[in-house]
Amino acid sequence: MLRQGLKLMNQQVAVSGLKIPGVMKMSLTTEKVEQIAYLARLALDAKAVPEYAENLSSILALVEQMDTVNTDNVEPLAHPLELTQRLRADVVTEQDHRDDYQQSAPATEAGLYLVPQVID
Amino acid sequence: MTSHTTVHTRTLAELSAGLAAGDYTSVELTKACLSRIEQHDGEINSFITVTADNALAAAKVADDRRAAGSAGPLTGIPLAHKDIFCTQGVKTSCGSKMLDNFVAPYDATVVSRLQEAGMVTLGKTNLDEFAMGSTNESSFFGAVRNPWNTACVPGGSSGGSAAALAAGFAPAATGTDTGGSIRQPASFCGVTGIKPTYGRVSRWGMIAYASSLDQGGVFAKTAEDCGMLLQAISGFDEKDSTSADEAVPDFNGGLNSDLKGKKIGVPTEFFGEGLDAEVKALIETALKQYEAMGCELVEVSLPHMHLSVPAYYVVAPAEASSNLSRFDGVRYGHRCDNPEDLADLYLRSRAEGFGDEVKRRIMIGAYALSAGYYDAYYLKAQRIRRLIRDDFTKAFESVDAIAGPVAPTTAFKLGAMKGDPVQMYLSDVYTLALNLAGLPGMSVPAGFADGMPVGLQLIGKHFDEAGLLNLAHQYQQKTDWHSKMPAAFA
Repeated sequence: MLRQGLKLMNQQVAVSGLKIPGVMKMSLTTEKVEQIAYLARLALDAKAVPEYAENLSSILALVEQMDTVNTDNVEPLAHPLELTQRLRADVVTEQDHRDDYQQSAPATEAGLYLVPQVID
Repeated sequence: MTSHTTVHTRTLAELSAGLAAGDYTSVELTKACLSRIEQHDGEINSFITVTADNALAAAKVADDRRAAGSAGPLTGIPLAHKDIFCTQGVKTSCGSKMLDNFVAPYDATVVSRLQEAGMVTLGKTNLDEFAMGSTNESSFFGAVRNPWNTACVPGGSSGGSAAALAAGFAPAATGTDTGGSIRQPASFCGVTGIKPTYGRVSRWGMIAYASSLDQGGVFAKTAEDCGMLLQAISGFDEKDSTSADEAVPDFNGGLNSDLKGKKIGVPTEFFGEGLDAEVKALIETALKQYEAMGCELVEVSLPHMHLSVPAYYVVAPAEASSNLSRFDGVRYGHRCDNPEDLADLYLRSRAEGFGDEVKRRIMIGAYALSAGYYDAYYLKAQRIRRLIRDDFTKAFESVDAIAGPVAPTTAFKLGAMKGDPVQMYLSDVYTLALNLAGLPGMSVPAGFADGMPVGLQLIGKHFDEAGLLNLAHQYQQKTDWHSKMPAAFA
């Protein structure tokens, strides 16, 4: 499962497989599901992939009903009330809560979050 | 029988008056709720965490505050929080294995405002994992059962809150509504629920699912109770970047306003194919009641409503895939054992921590946002979102509010939606459009079909929660559906 994911990471081709021109929508192959899962950093159990492919394909089939209406001259609506992002003064307002926040961390040391070694 | 042993039958407003009159103390009320939870929640599974010691301590503080003469209308009243709201020092799981070990380091604004009002938190209620679901079956902590029939679901995602209220475990509960997650469980459990206008209630400390749709709200027995709670939690919060800087009116100030001459829009699209005949008949009876109260029913059309399901299932998963990328096994939440390297840490921590429905939505979102697909899915959905919102804007030019069913059916049997996510998604056809348009909505108990509750949905103009509460309150003066309790919990 993991090896498969790492292989995908090195396969830019596999990732760019999502950029098929003309947008081939509809049914997802198991390979595509594995690509998407890797992009979303989810190690799927190989046995579960066919069922995900089926479910995700049926969700996409539902979603594609959007194509039944022409929206060429309709502006996308990002915020229901069309408000823009509020800005605040560029001043420090946050206090240091590091110790509190790190209480829930799986592994810390000297105020740092620990992860597996990244650089050899 | 002492008065506090029947507290589960009282409305929040009645309990508030009882506390003020000294009929019982907050400690007595709180003990009564905790003992009902202990006795009966084994059958319902509405709570993930019960905070009995904290609750009794808070009740004591509330009683002291009353003795000191500084009690408000909510002081000393127990409530339950959906386990999506962060509660400092208390596990905040969001119904997920991912956060099974997460103790929130701060309180959500909703939580702190209700605490300041003197309310007593009984615990945290069960929900669909990360609020993704309409049945409450996707919770890592097990399904919740509907107090009206324990073979049925309570609805979702705020199913624990709705069920806890229906079973008389608490007189008030919080919820969140991204696509119907307050209104649909309120309908299925026969309680009153309100989803305010997008931005009315702060999202600070409310674990994000789909940020342009998420909105906090409340459940209670009556519209009046909902108004009291909403008063405490509404209003601008600088910590939420999308909080609405909008004046908060006295929500209950107009509860008794006469409805004569009010125009209620009835969308033809809410009464088409798929609507259960008994549910339809009950909603029509409720609409006739409004006519009898002097309202005028006006046929309106929301021609793009059927597209709310496909548009929602792009917008919500896309935002979810982005929001849930924070769960990386590094800063908080589940971490896999012995990760080989950083990629392995991410891949396995997320795979182990998230359930199937969450994974599905993350993947749909990642796909919809990926290069080459963004225009076809996400932008297309946002264009449809505008069409849906414009339909409502047009309808509201000729009516004061819109009414229809909350859901096409009563509560499903447990397991009925398993393995078929699309079927479950389609059951939200009457609720999703409001979230896409940012409108406030309510579910008000309107009768029973085959012994199971049915909710009437009331939809208001942006920021007209007071108008909705007035409509709901007047209806509750003429009907008693909202005061019915399931026989096993009466």
